[in-house]
Amino acid sequence: MAHDTSFTNQEFKVIGTRPPRPDGVDKVTGRAAYGADTFAPGQLVGLILRSPHAHAQIRKIDTSRAEKLKGVKAVITSDDLPDLTNGDRAMLDILENCMARGRALYDGHAVAAVAAIDAETARKALKLIKVDYKRLPHVTDVDEAVKPDAPIVQPYVRTAGVQPPPTKASNISQISEFGHGDVEAGFAQADFIVEESYKTEQTHQGYIEPHACLASVGPDGQGELWVTTQGHFTFRNQCAALLGMDVAKLKVTASEIGGGFGGKTHVWMEPVALALSRKANRPVKVVMSRDEVFRATGPTSSTSVDVKIGAKKNGRITAATATLRYQTGAFPGIWGMLGAMTAYACYDLKNVKTVGYNVLVNRPKVAAYRAPSAPMAAFAVESTIDLLAAKVGMEPVDFRIKNAAKKGTKASYGPTYGPIGIGPTLEAVKNHPHMRARLGKNQGRGMACGFWFNFGGQTCTDLNIGVDGTVNLTVGTVDVGGSRASLSLIAAEELGIPYERIKCNVADTSSLGHNDTTEGSRGTFSSGMATIFAARDAIEVLRERAAQTWEIDVKDVKWEGGRAVPKGVRHSNLGTLTLEELAAASPNTGGPIAGHNEVVADGAGVSFASHICDVEVDPETGATKVLRYTVVQDAGKAIHPDYVEGQLQGGAAQGIGWALNEEYIYGKDGRLQNPGFLDYRIPVCSDLPFIDTEILEIPNPNHPYGVRGVGETSIVPPLAAVGNAVSNAANVRLTHVPMSPPRILKAIKNRRSNATTG
Amino acid sequence: MSGIHVSTTINGDPVEFVCQPGETLLDVLRDRLRLTGSKDGCGTGDCGACSVTVDGRLVCSCLVLGAEAEGREVTTIEGLADGENLHPLQSKFIEHAALQCGICTPGFLVAAKALLDRNSNPTEEEIRFALAGNLCRCTGYDKIVRAVSAAATEVRKQEGRKQRRSF
Repeated sequence: MAHDTSFTNQEFKVIGTRPPRPDGVDKVTGRAAYGADTFAPGQLVGLILRSPHAHAQIRKIDTSRAEKLKGVKAVITSDDLPDLTNGDRAMLDILENCMARGRALYDGHAVAAVAAIDAETARKALKLIKVDYKRLPHVTDVDEAVKPDAPIVQPYVRTAGVQPPPTKASNISQISEFGHGDVEAGFAQADFIVEESYKTEQTHQGYIEPHACLASVGPDGQGELWVTTQGHFTFRNQCAALLGMDVAKLKVTASEIGGGFGGKTHVWMEPVALALSRKANRPVKVVMSRDEVFRATGPTSSTSVDVKIGAKKNGRITAATATLRYQTGAFPGIWGMLGAMTAYACYDLKNVKTVGYNVLVNRPKVAAYRAPSAPMAAFAVESTIDLLAAKVGMEPVDFRIKNAAKKGTKASYGPTYGPIGIGPTLEAVKNHPHMRARLGKNQGRGMACGFWFNFGGQTCTDLNIGVDGTVNLTVGTVDVGGSRASLSLIAAEELGIPYERIKCNVADTSSLGHNDTTEGSRGTFSSGMATIFAARDAIEVLRERAAQTWEIDVKDVKWEGGRAVPKGVRHSNLGTLTLEELAAASPNTGGPIAGHNEVVADGAGVSFASHICDVEVDPETGATKVLRYTVVQDAGKAIHPDYVEGQLQGGAAQGIGWALNEEYIYGKDGRLQNPGFLDYRIPVCSDLPFIDTEILEIPNPNHPYGVRGVGETSIVPPLAAVGNAVSNAANVRLTHVPMSPPRILKAIKNRRSNATTG
Repeated sequence: MSGIHVSTTINGDPVEFVCQPGETLLDVLRDRLRLTGSKDGCGTGDCGACSVTVDGRLVCSCLVLGAEAEGREVTTIEGLADGENLHPLQSKFIEHAALQCGICTPGFLVAAKALLDRNSNPTEEEIRFALAGNLCRCTGYDKIVRAVSAAATEVRKQEGRKQRRSF
């Protein structure tokens, strides 16, 4: 499928090469400092007491014995975190999630915290805190929570998005609808209609580094926070607001981050650490255990989705609907809405309607997880697409190509697409050798596609040129997967100097203007954009300095190959001035040379991917082995292809884990039964094959280099790609993720008994 | 509460410390000796981020008591490079982009070193099973396996050179 690359047939010198990352040596020698890796003089150990109940009234917390224990320097409850939110319910929700206020809303909800001289003393102190709970009825399942007689999780919540506004509390915090056309008329035109319902279980981002921070607040109201986070500026703003501090007086430094995937976009225990430090008047380090990470930080939604799609005999879809119920944990979220927006984004549909429900349950507050909400919607839609393709009698890939969105398609969630990559990724899949590889007994192949919006956001970048002509690039987006390498490449490309002469740093909040959280695949997109503009800003200064040296008009100076070059025959005797020469002369030509840029990086390019998966299902055990996996994704422009491939492979692996193994298992008592890596099993090295990647580059017209952002889309197709493969291998449709051995065995057994009785 | 005095060897250096009976080797390395290259990802031996060797044997340091280091030789990620010369595993990890966030990297390198010490010519399957006790959430393991394989080739080359020199 042809796509328009005319606007950006750019020749690059270093963009697209694969140099070693600047933080590589630190990370292979153990020198890199993550959230738990710094120490302050006199630091205390902070620990948090958590609710053992899914839902309980907190009648009383007696901290007196803990306070008396030798070595305990502070004990806090919600009394030490007064409500300063001034009626901002969303902020109060954040505060209440950090520390329960009269009610514990889920197993693992923080109820008190201590700071002590060492871990052993802190653990003893936690045991001395007596909490008088009155257990309340709870609900953890999304379909149970929407029933009219379900226990109410948040009495203040009224369903938004319905008219007239309800007066009664509900667990449905919001209903949102998207789409266009007339779906009833569309279904009336269909020759085939498929309707199916799906469920997906709750998964965790599973970053290997638990949340950790070192907080220090003095009696002068100034504070510092070292923390593993995707957004230190956002953390600063939220912590300052919740604790009543001045934003400028709280310096937040982002440590190296040991994985986030969306889970480190929210504050969890950081305000608690600051409050402990303020009360103890000592630095306090809080490091979560893995158990706490699972029970009390934000996993993704568990969902229940109904899909109905109709098509004509010629394979054209006439109408599509979906009802998506996403639980958001114990606090309102936007996750069902995002599911409803993304569900049909890959397709060109005349008649489409999706309805998303955000549903409260007694589980931890849901956070973003890599293309949040899209994988579950894609699982339901892409599974149904396969069922419908079979009815129509078309190959799944051909059926998708026939209905794929393209430039000019009105997306199901509203906007009209510019140049997009869904068609090209599908064509690449169709032509991939993987599609023609032979399959053996009990083996099956599946494919699926996926979409993510991507995001730009507020960005601020500095570029400072040293006296020797080396360059400090200072950015405010956290490096979650190699962005310092890609941003250094961008600065080198613009300035025309070698990559090795750039040093990229992530600044703390006191050293740079506000940067939005690194989410929505925005790191390289938005900081890349700001880097380009900051470099061009610096080049203006360099040209001026050269013009001044040569005593000619700045208009007669161009920047080429890392040097100022005078234009025209008239100036041909002037020679050139390199960046090094201009930098060395800078003390006498006007002082430091720098470039700067603040931007709201609008115009993030939508991203599409199509995946192919081969599996073998053991019919005796129900165990699935992934045999081969291929990712095709549109990157817009791959700045550092190694780290683009890494994103595609990592997202696929997380999606495979979600599809086959990973799930939060809650007991009838509402408590999480598997808060550890032994029982919550993420894929290990021996579970996976090599993951092949094919990067397409359909440039994003809104970015100077065509970058789209690549971090998230790769997790969207796997649930359905694996699901379609397993369904083909086991000859029965799987509708419940994860497709763990017991679920697959049950499906096979049901198929066999239906075959005998039928 | 009385501490236990421990004399041990860490990365070739004699080290003495006092620890509590309940403290793990990982606690000692990180919090007492400030060797923070070994990471605490789970505390239950499931993630391998705290991998070290004790007398040459690969262990999760979160499952070993600090007191057990008495008289032993402990090697951590900080001891993998030879001065300023990176071990081939380290340079191949960088070259092959086998790390993204890097939190699991020290554990992978220590485990991979233990593999290459006993088998310098591992198959893909042997690499995958030898590293199955180390969790990585970023890479899908693809580039890690390739880096270990490339490092094995490099190690064999170096060994060949050493042998030739000794003749």
